[in-house]
Amino acid sequence: MTILIVLLSFGAFFCLYRALQGPSIPDRAIAVDIMSVIFTSITALMALRYRLAYLIDLAIALAIISFVGTLALAKYLEGRSLDD
Amino acid sequence: MISILGWISLCIGVGFTLLGCLGLVRFPDLYNRMQAATKCVTLGTCGVMLGIFLLTGFTALGVKALLCALFVLITVPVSSHALARGALVFGVKLWKNTVKDEFTDDRGGESIIEEK
Repeated sequence: MTILIVLLSFGAFFCLYRALQGPSIPDRAIAVDIMSVIFTSITALMALRYRLAYLIDLAIALAIISFVGTLALAKYLEGRSLDD
Repeated sequence: MISILGWISLCIGVGFTLLGCLGLVRFPDLYNRMQAATKCVTLGTCGVMLGIFLLTGFTALGVKALLCALFVLITVPVSSHALARGALVFGVKLWKNTVKDEFTDDRGGESIIEEK
């Protein structure tokens, strides 16, 4: 179980490389979005590893927040205002 | 038996997530990267959540993991699609070896990406 969490952390490091290196703004945006989805599954695995059932609520909240944030960023890139 | 299935599902999910992140680093273009990363990470997260459900059964943890898998399965493709459209309007160029660009073809061959 722990080695699965470590492998997912390596995936998050790949996303961090793309977020630091990416040539354009949407590159960084998609890297951060994918990284937050990976953090969702890391949090769920930690809930299973340490037998803490409330961590899965944290995973659901993280998924919701990353969804809303990415949609707001996509609207900003498209040049529209948030209440459009 | 169900425990073995759960471990197999967990390993499949983590493997797909790692391959998707490798695609995020290695592909040449924003759109290629987005396609590889989004599909692989969605399936990987669903695999991890399904593995947690199989390992714990119908407890609060397992049912919430299944709910989280359903939510991720709906929202990640939606947000990625919105971000791809935003990137195209923002002016990110396609890769030079791109074969087919149907968004430009539907506009009569006139690209919306401004030449700078």
